[in-house]
Amino acid sequence: MFGTLTDGGWAAGQWQMLRPMLLGSVVSLEVFALTLALSIPLSIPIAFGRMSKWAPLRRLVNGYLLVMRGTPLILQILFAYFAPYYILGVSIYTRFAAVIVAFVLNYAAYFAEIFRGGIESIPRGQWEAAQVLGFTPAQTFFRIVLPQVVKRTLPAVGNEVITLVKDTALAQTIGVAELFRAAQTISAARFSVVPIFVAGAFYFLMNGVVSVVFNHLERRLSYYS
Amino acid sequence: MSATPPVSPEPVVEVAGLVKDYGGLRVLHGIDLTVARGEVVAVIGPSGGGKSTLLRCVTHLEPVTGGTIRIGGKTLVRDGIYADRHTLREACLHMGLVFQNFNLFPHFSVLRNLTEAQIHVLGRTREDAEARARDLLAKAGLATKESSYPCELSGGQQQRAAIARALALDPEVLFFDEPTSALDPELTQEILGVIRGLAAEKMTMVIVTHEMAFARDVADRILFMDGGVVVEQGPARELIDSPKVERTKAFLRRFGG
Repeated sequence: MFGTLTDGGWAAGQWQMLRPMLLGSVVSLEVFALTLALSIPLSIPIAFGRMSKWAPLRRLVNGYLLVMRGTPLILQILFAYFAPYYILGVSIYTRFAAVIVAFVLNYAAYFAEIFRGGIESIPRGQWEAAQVLGFTPAQTFFRIVLPQVVKRTLPAVGNEVITLVKDTALAQTIGVAELFRAAQTISAARFSVVPIFVAGAFYFLMNGVVSVVFNHLERRLSYYS
Repeated sequence: MSATPPVSPEPVVEVAGLVKDYGGLRVLHGIDLTVARGEVVAVIGPSGGGKSTLLRCVTHLEPVTGGTIRIGGKTLVRDGIYADRHTLREACLHMGLVFQNFNLFPHFSVLRNLTEAQIHVLGRTREDAEARARDLLAKAGLATKESSYPCELSGGQQQRAAIARALALDPEVLFFDEPTSALDPELTQEILGVIRGLAAEKMTMVIVTHEMAFARDVADRILFMDGGVVVEQGPARELIDSPKVERTKAFLRRFGG
């Protein structure tokens, strides 16, 4: 404790702890944002594949969903990083890219099932009314169905997003220096559990923001029932 | 004087030999139906007799098994073979459909329910679409409701909005699939009044309904359907007051005419 004073005081000591954690939380946020931005758009064609009348496609998507939801994400991260190396003999991408690939494929599976439930819950009459008015299938989906699906699935999507904030900690599995890894490293170096709790506060804070955003979205969409 | 459009001898709706199977079950056994411009045709009959299926086939919500359908001179399907996608859409633009359950879009205001298709299907400008929508809403007695959402309207108001939404695209023929079946008697009269008004304006309409008195008064012609065939058809009053076929008589007797 007194030692840190000679290094520039208490505040500087705290900064030495916080700095790598802040850098780590930036990585966590990157994993979070990229996963959301890529998995949500990807989940929509997957949801349609799952509902396809063409059996081979439906079975393929079913198999994908089974694997993604039936195995641990931590294993999928390892697989995404090491499988290309063992199969092709070369590393085709960075650890960070492997993490993104695993997260996107995993989260797209969960989002796809949420959206499928949402799409199937929209009454057939909505599709039919739109078709009779001359909307193309694409217009019907994006203008009529999707906005209603978003409203209905918002609570379930909020759950996934909150889980994603915490799941970003799994990126350390293949050595990506995200927030929790930074906290563990400092914790080990200082023989202190404080950094771990600070990391906990970070996640809690991030999810506080997520909650506020989702509450706001739900209120904005509550103009009709 | 010179602006009088030539009276088109061509019927707006032509259905010939329409056959529809569900699985192995034949639900429509070769229906023929021709509707002239300005004509109002009511389709009556017991539930499960094929009335709604006929309407859903003609409006392209259900694929037919066989037969020919022409709408506004455009062939939708000929001998069971559908036209290309472009022609199909064109044929569909000639007709409107009013549903039993209204099927308004809950996330749009009443005004936007009426403008969305005008803008994105017909390519009208927003100003034109809104002017047309406001005109129709005023006629439907919904002028003060344009910024309300469907969930804030009564059933009768929702159905009036749905009728206005269909009319906004200027269809040549308007189909009604039991438009009052989800409404209480008072609201039923409200909607029948709207349809009466359209009939007075010479709107071409095909109405599937259980309202016999209304069909008798408003329709020019009535089709009685049962078991997937047109059992009897004729001028509205004649068919209701003095049906010729025993099956029709039995059906109308139960309505205590």
